[in-house]
Amino acid sequence: MPFIPHTEEDIRAMCAAIGVADVEQLFDEIPQTLKSDGLAGIPAGMSEMQVTRLMHERARLDRTLLNFIGAGAYEHHIPAAVWQVATRGEFYSAYTPYQAEASQGTLQLLYEYQSMLASLTGLDVTNASLYDGATALAEAVLMAVRLHKSARRVLIPAGVNPAYRRVVASIVSNQRIELIEVPYSAADGRVTIEALESAGQLDFAALVVAQPNFFGVLETVNALTDWAHSRGALTIACVNPTALALLKSPGEWGGHGADIAVGEGQPLGVPLANGGPYFGFMACKQALVRQMPGRIVGATVDVDGKRGYTLTLQAREQHIRRSKATSNICTNQGLAVTAATIYLAMLGAQGLKNVAAQSHANTLALLQRVTRIRGVRQAFSAPVFHEAVIRLPRPVAKVLADMRSRGILGGHDVSRDYPELGAALLVCATETKTESDLDAYAAALATAAKA
Amino acid sequence: MSIPANLKYSDSHEWARRESDGTVTVGITHHAQDLLGDLVFVETPALGRKLNKGEECGVVESVKAASDIYAPISGEVVAVNGDLESAPEKINESAYDAWMFRLKPSNAAELEALLDAAAYQKLIEAEAH
Repeated sequence: MPFIPHTEEDIRAMCAAIGVADVEQLFDEIPQTLKSDGLAGIPAGMSEMQVTRLMHERARLDRTLLNFIGAGAYEHHIPAAVWQVATRGEFYSAYTPYQAEASQGTLQLLYEYQSMLASLTGLDVTNASLYDGATALAEAVLMAVRLHKSARRVLIPAGVNPAYRRVVASIVSNQRIELIEVPYSAADGRVTIEALESAGQLDFAALVVAQPNFFGVLETVNALTDWAHSRGALTIACVNPTALALLKSPGEWGGHGADIAVGEGQPLGVPLANGGPYFGFMACKQALVRQMPGRIVGATVDVDGKRGYTLTLQAREQHIRRSKATSNICTNQGLAVTAATIYLAMLGAQGLKNVAAQSHANTLALLQRVTRIRGVRQAFSAPVFHEAVIRLPRPVAKVLADMRSRGILGGHDVSRDYPELGAALLVCATETKTESDLDAYAAALATAAKA
Repeated sequence: MSIPANLKYSDSHEWARRESDGTVTVGITHHAQDLLGDLVFVETPALGRKLNKGEECGVVESVKAASDIYAPISGEVVAVNGDLESAPEKINESAYDAWMFRLKPSNAAELEALLDAAAYQKLIEAEAH
C-alpha cells in the first residue's frame, strides 16, 4: 500500500486555503466534553525500527498448535491458488467499486458468487455479502420484521451461536424488537415443538433455525420450518455453508422452504485470523427481495446485445434512501467474497461435498476415540455435522491448559455461555485432521482428563 | 401538467377522491410519478389497516428512487389495487386511474382540509423553485 504523508507545509497550505488556523479547528463542532484526551493504556509511539523489533520478538512466541476449535470459525484447507488469484491487483479491494459498472470483472465475480450461494442455499436470490455471520443474522431479523408488518417479536433458540445472539440483541433491541429465547432439549440439544409452542404464545415475525446449531447438532429443520409457517411467521435459516454441500438446502426445508438464509462465509476459503475479516451471506425467496439489504449484482445486456453486469435494486440502498434504507451497516466484504468464489470454483460441488463428508467423518472418528476415555461422554444424543459437545470429568479450563501444553487446542469451553452444561467442551475436527492428529488429541485428552 | 379539479391533494403528492359509497380513493399525482420516473414496484398497505393522517403506508419504487406513500387522511384500508403488483407502470401511464388503495374515513373533515387543484398547482410551482 502506498504511503503518502502530508508534510507540515502541505497541511499549513491546505489550512490557509480554507481559512482555518490548524487541523484541530476543523473539529470545533464536537463539544469539548465529548473529546477524549488520549486513551488510557495506550503507550506513546515507537519508531519503525523499534516496532519491527518488537513484532519479531512477539512473532517468535507464536506456536503452531493442532487446532480442534470450531465454534463458528473453521479451519479448512485453502488451496494456495485461492489467495494467489484473490490478491491480484484487479481484485484486491474490500469494496464493490463506486463506479460499479466500470468494473465488469468485479461485478461478474460477484454475480458468480451470488449464483453459487443461491445454489447452496436453494433460494432464489442472494446479495453480494454482508459484514459477517452475526450481523447477517441481525439483518435477517430486521428484514423479517419489516416483512411481517405486525409482530415485532422474533424467536431465537438458545442453541444459536451465543456471539450471534449478543450481536443481534445489540442491533435490534433499540428498534423495539423483542427477542424470545427458546430453550434446547437437555437430552438431544435440539429445539422441540413443545418449547416453541411455549415460547411462541404471542404473535411473532420469525423463527431462527440454526443448522447445525452451536452444539454441532442437526435440528429437525422440516418440522421447525413448517411450525413457523403454520403460525404465519417467517423462517430464518442460520447455516454453515460447508454443511450445505451435504444437507438439505434451506430452500427445501419443510413444505415451503425457509424464507431467508444467512450464515458465516469464513469456512469458504477465508483463513482463521483473529476473528476476521470474514463475510456474511444472505439469500431469500424472490418475493422478499425488495426487503433484502445489501448490494445485488444482476446480469443484463448492453446496447449491442452483449452480456454485462450491473448493480440492481438500488433504490432502497443507503445512497438513495438514506435513513430509510433497508440497512445502513451492510458493508461489503468484497475481498473475502472474492476468495470464497475462487475457493468454490476450484473445489466444485463434488469437492465441497468431499470437504464436508471428510469433516463429518473425522468428527465421528474423534468422538469414537474420546468417548472411550473414562468420564468423557457426548453431551447430546442427536446427530452432529463436524462438531460436538463432550462432557469432561474435570473443569474445562484445566483440561484445555493441559492439552495446550502438549501442543493441542482442545476445543471451545461452552460452560461460559451454558453454565448448566457443567464441564462441557465443544470440539471440531475438519478435513484438515489426520488419523494421527485424532490419536494425538485422544491421548492428550486422556491424560488431561485424569490429571 | 394534469391536475383534475374534482380531486383533493396532499402536500406529499397523493390525490384523494370521495366515492359515492363514502370511501375515499387514494393514488399518487401525475406530478409525483413524473418526478419518480418509470415505476418498477408498488407496495400497498394491508387490507384492514387503520391509518392516521400522514402515516407511512406504502412505497413506490422507480429505477432511481423509492418513496414512501403517506395516508392523506385517517381511516381504515377497505380496498387495495392488486393490479399494480404486476403492472406498476399503470401509474406512469395514467396516475389518476391507477389508484392505490381506498379508505373508510374516520374523520370526514380531513378530506375537506386537503388542497384543491389550484392550491396543489401553487405547491408544485413553489417546490420547483
